[in-house]
Amino acid sequence: MSDTIFAEATALGKAGVAVVRLSGPQAHSAVRALAGDVPPARQAALRVLRIGDDVLDEALALVFDAGASFTGEAVAELHLHGSRAVVASILAALAAMPGLRPAQAGEFARRALENGRLDLTEIEALGDLIEAETEVQRRQAQAVKSGALRDAAEGLRADLVRAAALLEASIDFADEEVPEDVVPEVTELLERAVAAIERLVAGSFTAERIRDGFEVAIVGAPNVGKSTLLNRLAGRDAAITSDVAGTTRDVIEVRMDLLGLPVTILDTAGIRESDDVVEKLGVARARERALAADLRVFLAERAEAPETGLMGPDDIVLRAKGDLVESVAKDAVSGLTGAGVDRLIERIVDVLSTRAQGASVATRDRHRVAFQASLTYLDAARTQLAFGPEGFDLAAAELRMATAAIDQLIGRVDVESLLDEIFSSFCIGK
Amino acid sequence: MFHVKHFDVVVVGGGHAGTEAAHAAARRGARVALVTLKADAIGVMSCNPAIGGLGKGHLVREIDALDGLMGRAADAAGIQFRLLNRSKGPAVQGPRAQMDRSLFRAAIQKMIAAHDGITVIEGEVIDFILEADRAAGVVLASGNQVMAGAIVLTTGTFLRGTIHIGTERRSGGRMGEASADRLSARFDEFGVSLGRLKTGTPPRLDTNSIDWAALEMQRGDDAPEMLSFLSTAPAVRQISCGITHTNARTHQIIRDNLDRSAMYGGAIDGVGPRYCPSIEDKVVRFAERDAHQVFLEPEGLDAATVYPNGISTSLPEDVQLDYVRSIKGLESAEILQPGYAIEYDFVDPRNLTPSLELMSCKNLFLAGQINGTTGYEEAGAQGLVTGLNAAARALGAEPAMMDRTTSYTGVMLDDLTTRGVSEPYRMFTSRAEFRLSLRADNADQRLTPLGLQLGCVGADRAEAFEAKQKQLDSARTVLESRKISASDLKDTGINVNAAGPKRSLFDALSIPGASVDALADVAPELSDLDPTIARQLQRDATYAPYVKRQMSDVAALQRDAATKIPTDFAFAALDGLSGELREKLSAIRPANLAQAARIEGMTPAALTLLLARLRQTGKPARSA
Repeated sequence: MSDTIFAEATALGKAGVAVVRLSGPQAHSAVRALAGDVPPARQAALRVLRIGDDVLDEALALVFDAGASFTGEAVAELHLHGSRAVVASILAALAAMPGLRPAQAGEFARRALENGRLDLTEIEALGDLIEAETEVQRRQAQAVKSGALRDAAEGLRADLVRAAALLEASIDFADEEVPEDVVPEVTELLERAVAAIERLVAGSFTAERIRDGFEVAIVGAPNVGKSTLLNRLAGRDAAITSDVAGTTRDVIEVRMDLLGLPVTILDTAGIRESDDVVEKLGVARARERALAADLRVFLAERAEAPETGLMGPDDIVLRAKGDLVESVAKDAVSGLTGAGVDRLIERIVDVLSTRAQGASVATRDRHRVAFQASLTYLDAARTQLAFGPEGFDLAAAELRMATAAIDQLIGRVDVESLLDEIFSSFCIGK
Repeated sequence: MFHVKHFDVVVVGGGHAGTEAAHAAARRGARVALVTLKADAIGVMSCNPAIGGLGKGHLVREIDALDGLMGRAADAAGIQFRLLNRSKGPAVQGPRAQMDRSLFRAAIQKMIAAHDGITVIEGEVIDFILEADRAAGVVLASGNQVMAGAIVLTTGTFLRGTIHIGTERRSGGRMGEASADRLSARFDEFGVSLGRLKTGTPPRLDTNSIDWAALEMQRGDDAPEMLSFLSTAPAVRQISCGITHTNARTHQIIRDNLDRSAMYGGAIDGVGPRYCPSIEDKVVRFAERDAHQVFLEPEGLDAATVYPNGISTSLPEDVQLDYVRSIKGLESAEILQPGYAIEYDFVDPRNLTPSLELMSCKNLFLAGQINGTTGYEEAGAQGLVTGLNAAARALGAEPAMMDRTTSYTGVMLDDLTTRGVSEPYRMFTSRAEFRLSLRADNADQRLTPLGLQLGCVGADRAEAFEAKQKQLDSARTVLESRKISASDLKDTGINVNAAGPKRSLFDALSIPGASVDALADVAPELSDLDPTIARQLQRDATYAPYVKRQMSDVAALQRDAATKIPTDFAFAALDGLSGELREKLSAIRPANLAQAARIEGMTPAALTLLLARLRQTGKPARSA
């Protein structure tokens, strides 16, 4: 028998309501021990929780049966008053019951995974959803959680299984009534899969950005007002500002929600030649980070061309210290007065949200690695296929590897699914 | 007064499983009784007159590598040899031959008779003699008893066999032979689960009534590929097969009479093989097709019967004649024996150990169709395995273990005992995940050493094998030790970038277009190499990079296989598993983690859980 685990599901601390969740064979009996009885499954009911004569709380009790719950096991939830003392007394009461123990981090999700209630991608997305801070992150996590990555992988898998089935059919039923030349259909399937995987891989970089945040670097000469602009964007004094050129030495990061997009604004050292060792290091780091950022905002006192070598296609060039420009030009911005800041935010969001649309449901490095491995095998499979029937056995071997790579994301393939595909499609048996 | 006779091994059934079992046990030195209903029917081919094919040819070669009968008998009786998939990679090529039925049967009977260790007993086995939890002998209908240290049961389709021709049905294991109902009842008592399967045969046609001149003919290969490693050329005259097709009228006749088909009339509930459907099935399931291929396979050099492969049926006789005569070339065909469907009981092979011994009754081994398989080759390979292991049990010798990394036989044993069957099990090359290294051409290298170790390989084969192995080894040493620059390689006519690195001749051999012949220019000792040896080296080189890549999979599989699960492991107490998986594990009782992994529906998470529990219990018992 496995343990029954319990934990406070809501954040620690004072709140209106705190939820304690239990999962495992004794989840329901533990509720009975405290509440006297167990309400019918999936029907919340008010119960007085007590130990002996001691009333711990009046709470909403809600139970789920094994097989129809988040973890797949018997689950119970106690919706308590959100008092630290109340929660502590309940947790202590549960811990005292034999067979019950506090859950380890992630243990509920692990049980859901082990019981097949969620697949790996859904667990990952659940984590992302809980971590989501902005609207776009929420949407992305929800998409994966509702199975978008699994669906994409299963779509690919279906194509690859079909392609493998065609090859296997022409191998194992060579003397039967199978399609004469399977190469055209297999080629088409592989090309479609390759294109889809390439899209997923390409979009995975953006998806990772959405998960971890886009980086926007403010770049420009010293004392052009970069830190002032950062502070204006952040709405607080995140960076020290002064009239002394070269005040910012290190890279200062501020994480923000720009109209739903997670963005980290980087304030960097002003770029110039310097003999100061520390400043030189700061400039080098500024270049490095600016180059790696998703977008750069160049500030310049005159509308001159910005520092070469850093400029990217969608980058934004603005006139600095817009407050000093006589009639506020359209391309000017002032950190000091805030003039032009809204327009800047709009431009940043415009660029990044266009990019965000290209995000794929492959949101993690793990996903990308699996897809890239699959691509390598598919390339080799196409090479073998070019040899015609002589290459079928090796093409099939490559396809197996390609499918296994995709399967690492979700499940497994085996010969039975190949045979199912073969038998549902062809008339085998002479 | 009833007699009691004593043997080391008693084999029940004289089909392909039974004869291989009896002979294999005898080769290991066991005194074997082969009990069969009719001694004259030993080695009968009751279905199509061919041996080998894709996956099946591999099995025949494996039987042969362990010095079994099937390959040698097939070469003696082969009247048309074809290597299937000749245009594809050598790993998926399968040798196949059309048989002269009577020659095949004669060849098998001759080899059985020639072995002193085998005594043929005619009779019907009606019961087992049990001692505690083990089988100790069999009871014959005559009342006589045959006692043995191990029993191999190969009753084919005779367990509660029912023959269907249209709406007619009668009890029987094969046309004209009685079924074995009393044994079926015994199995119920063993507490094993029985399933029901069906299979069909086509009507047999009179060769003289076929208009051969109107048909497309298919010849055998010009350079015949033998089934046995010991054969060099066909033993008898070679023939051609005819090819014809069903047509719209054939299909209409079948559609009009579907209600008279045993299968479509609802008389049969057994599950039939998807890869060998009846003609009724084809017409219904693939309604869009207006023609199906029919191979007309003569059943022998001088035989009157022709086996029309592709039109098996359970329609009534008059309908059979109607649709046969609608086919081109068969307009005035005469049916010598109508087609029929047969339903029979099989033992769910998940009740068996990997050496096909019944878990609930020790010393009782099952082989062939009784385990839910179909095909001569599948039956023969199982017979071989059970014969070797029954002898081991009776004589206290080393058991014969075969796994999926080294043989198709191992793949089959593992598939059967861990996954069970939902339709008659037939071998396909796609079932073998390591098929690039499990080739028909290297079955001897894969298995003959095992056979030598087990003592089931005769002197002739041992000598031939060792000679071949010596040649292979010395040529391979030359290829691997000699390095060649890319420019020298280009000079031999192999298309390679002249600026490329130096490589071994063996690596060079894997380049498309390379051959041992071409390399003989730089390594003269290769010039008089036997062509078979050269061909095999070429294949080894071609697949080497893939085989190397698979080695990590093989290692992982072997690691999992070495993680034993205690026989008393409480699968039922494994929490966190779905009820369905828990039930499957409890029923199948996998012996190790690798077997558990192959159970249908097994998830990586469930495996992890199982492994974790094994580690917890502190007795994961990694065997060497």
